[in-house]
Amino acid sequence: MSEKRRVSLAVNGTAYEETIETRLTLADFLRHQLGLTGTHLGCEHGVCGACTVLVDGYSVRSCLMLAVQAGGSDITTVEGIAPSKDELHPLQEAFRDNHGLQCGFCTPGMLTTLVEFLRDNPSPTERDVREAISGNLCRCTGYQGIVDAALDAAQRLKGQDRTAGPDGGESP
Amino acid sequence: MSRAVFGESVKRIEDPELLRGEARFIDDISIPSMLEAALVRSPHAHAEIRGIDAAAALELPGVHAVLTLDDLRPYLLTEFLVVGLPSPSYKQERNRPVLAGDEVVYVGEPIAMVIAEDRYIAEDAAQLVEVDYDLLPAAADCRDALADGAPTVHKDAKDNLLAEFSMGYGDIDAAFGKAAHIYSEHITQHRGGSHSIECRGAVAVHDPGTDQLTLWVSSQMPHSTLRVLVDMLGRDENQMRVVTPDIGGGFGPKLVVYQEDVAVSVAAIKLGRPVKWIEDRREHFIATTQERDQYWEVEVAVDEDARILGLRGSIVHDHGAYTARGINLPQNSAESLPGPYEVPAFRMNTKLALTNKVPVTPVRGAGHPQAAFTIERLMDRIARELGLDRTEVRRRNLIQAQDMPYTRPLKTRGGVAVVLDSGDYPRSQKDTLERAGWDQFPARQLAAREEGRYIGIGLANFVKGTGRGPFEQVTVRIGTSGRVHVYTGGTAIGQGTKTMLAQIVAEQLGGDMGNVTVTTGDTAATALGIGTSNSRLAVTAGTSAHVAAGKVREKALKIAAHVLDSPVEDLEFDGAEIHVKDRPGRIANVGVKLGELAHAMAGTPGYSLPGGMGPGLEATEHVILDSKAFASGTAVAEVEVDIETGGVVILNYVLAHDCGRIINPMLVDGQAIGGTAHGIGNALYEWMGYDENGQPLTTNLADYLLVTATEMPRIDLLHHCSPSPLNPLGVKGVGECGVVPAPGAIISAVEDALTPFGVHIDRAPISPPEIVALIEQGRERS
Repeated sequence: MSEKRRVSLAVNGTAYEETIETRLTLADFLRHQLGLTGTHLGCEHGVCGACTVLVDGYSVRSCLMLAVQAGGSDITTVEGIAPSKDELHPLQEAFRDNHGLQCGFCTPGMLTTLVEFLRDNPSPTERDVREAISGNLCRCTGYQGIVDAALDAAQRLKGQDRTAGPDGGESP
Repeated sequence: MSRAVFGESVKRIEDPELLRGEARFIDDISIPSMLEAALVRSPHAHAEIRGIDAAAALELPGVHAVLTLDDLRPYLLTEFLVVGLPSPSYKQERNRPVLAGDEVVYVGEPIAMVIAEDRYIAEDAAQLVEVDYDLLPAAADCRDALADGAPTVHKDAKDNLLAEFSMGYGDIDAAFGKAAHIYSEHITQHRGGSHSIECRGAVAVHDPGTDQLTLWVSSQMPHSTLRVLVDMLGRDENQMRVVTPDIGGGFGPKLVVYQEDVAVSVAAIKLGRPVKWIEDRREHFIATTQERDQYWEVEVAVDEDARILGLRGSIVHDHGAYTARGINLPQNSAESLPGPYEVPAFRMNTKLALTNKVPVTPVRGAGHPQAAFTIERLMDRIARELGLDRTEVRRRNLIQAQDMPYTRPLKTRGGVAVVLDSGDYPRSQKDTLERAGWDQFPARQLAAREEGRYIGIGLANFVKGTGRGPFEQVTVRIGTSGRVHVYTGGTAIGQGTKTMLAQIVAEQLGGDMGNVTVTTGDTAATALGIGTSNSRLAVTAGTSAHVAAGKVREKALKIAAHVLDSPVEDLEFDGAEIHVKDRPGRIANVGVKLGELAHAMAGTPGYSLPGGMGPGLEATEHVILDSKAFASGTAVAEVEVDIETGGVVILNYVLAHDCGRIINPMLVDGQAIGGTAHGIGNALYEWMGYDENGQPLTTNLADYLLVTATEMPRIDLLHHCSPSPLNPLGVKGVGECGVVPAPGAIISAVEDALTPFGVHIDRAPISPPEIVALIEQGRERS
């Protein structure tokens, strides 16, 4: 029952012009209006971090942001992290190799959070990684595989051009 | 040559889709014309419902229906979910109604289901439904609930005793009569919620043309959901299918069939539109089952050498308002109290108390962590009283490796003998102590004290019955495509079930895991299924998969021998092909593809099957495994306690575990570490609070604390391997093992750190304010 607005935004490099209910959260917009269901909702009150997406390169809880607030923004979701349909991003590869996921429900938020973190902190310590994901809850792994994956990914990314990250640009 | 994959840390076949965001969880399912539901839930722990007024809600544009129990009744043979596990010990039958009738008995109990164009409108409308309540007194604390004159949880009940039972063996009075020492403890225990990061959810679709109902549900046990729907809806199995999509964690409560699963199914039939309901986190706190309070009073009798002569006591268990599972939790708790120790005489009395709180059912560990905590607290007590090292008391009482298999004169809930099948418990403790530097700890502790820091070390041993039977069904089928399909009634909830089964099957059918697909949790794929619980699938489904794959292998080789005109012993699997081995005198690498064999066995009208064999290239197995396979291990925790704030930091944590032969070391490590994280939560953080009126106090993830990456130490794992003699793979379960010893080891360490203050801890979890209070009490005493 809320009013609607016309909003332009980009998601994973695709431009959209959408009519959006003003009360629709960014998470629900991505999931149900665009069909990008990789972004998950675990608590809808900003604690669990499963819904984290990158808005103009910054990690954002998409359950706490309205979709209309994202007008004009460039958004990256988990679906936009891998470089192609056949390849995984080095961080995704590292998650697989280090058993950084079990049920996989928190994983999209972990990945988006760590994409931002590793871009800004290319040589993190284990403590740094643990701080970086301290706002993302995982009930399966005990975090150890995730931490190992992040440290492994940092090594893998060192061999690559970090400016060509999935958010499509330099640090904001 | 066929590649060996059993026992290897192969990458998970589940991962690529999950990593790309392409998996399909329950809320990812969207069906044309689908409506969405929200629930009207009781805000009161106990009340009579005098009336429900949905008029305002129904006027809201976009609202299609507000369904109450009266609206559902015409579609139901019974309005109750009858799911309690059998037991002669029940005093009352308390089944959940699909929606509340004229009484609500816990905060969160569903009263009406609002169905609208989308979730936003449904939630708006749910707030407009007016329910007229007449408040009734509530029973919140399970001990008070059993007192004479306590308010009854159900208005038609005479008391709150749900069930009562006793178990034991040996001459307990004689054991205590001859004891050199008797020590008693009163122990308070609490587990908390499961908090899978994905909450529950269900999507029901009814096709009026075929009268088929499909229920997608985030469940650990879809086959039991189907059986409940058959009972309640009066439809036969052929008209219904229950299927699980990807599941974002289970941890126990998703093994329960819930009211919403049934209500959504009826709504889809009644409205002629698909209906989705997705639980939010607040609902998960109030409407998803929890494992909650147990109060233990225990006594141990020991001789002069600290050897246990007898163990006796009682448990009061908070059952919640209804039976959503049964007597299983306190049964597990009492049954597993002796743990890895020799206990010559044993007696436990258990009472299950109804309370005006959400029903209690298993959370990862299912009663076992409480038992392990209790026996380990007693071990520490004996050591303290007799001036012995805590490790020495345990060493003197551990069951020895040469005594395996060790029969304990107890029966499980199903009447199966408790037999510890294999293990070397003394070695587990010894190796763990060495790894954790136990003997060097006094020096570390002294050095820390000189810096004004309080560090402590603690240990706990454990056994955990795994692989609860009687079976899990698995079908292995080679299709005409040449692909190997595996179907199981077990469900994949994140533990790597598909990879595990693919490894077991590929091991026998060519070694190419990429050629194996695994379907889990679909009642249309397997006629029988029990599901995921009790660390059971590697044992039960793994064994069935192993035997089924072996039969398919044997048959494929026989057909290939016929087709290739070559003796079976000259043939070998290689990926999706069987060919003649490379050996002198033979034409090597003449082969036949698995798809061709499947084609041959699919039959051609009018032609005999090759080799006179039966049709198809498949086998279905449900290997019966009644006895549990007992995993075991030891945990040592080293902690630092801030005596000003009561904060606890885990400095080091070593876990040795023995789950028999390991199918995939990477997955086993993941389960052991993840389970430990849950156990750390049980020791220090997770508390589901209620006030004296049964109002939940902790209904968001800011008030209810889950362990995060910063509290979680790196877990140092040690593997031992005592193959189980009970199944051909020699495997045991691991999913719950990490949880079980964690509270015992951590609380022991906290207590050790606070030795200067004479602190004694009799509960888990323990919070910083409680630790500060205990320190204060200790200071006042001295």
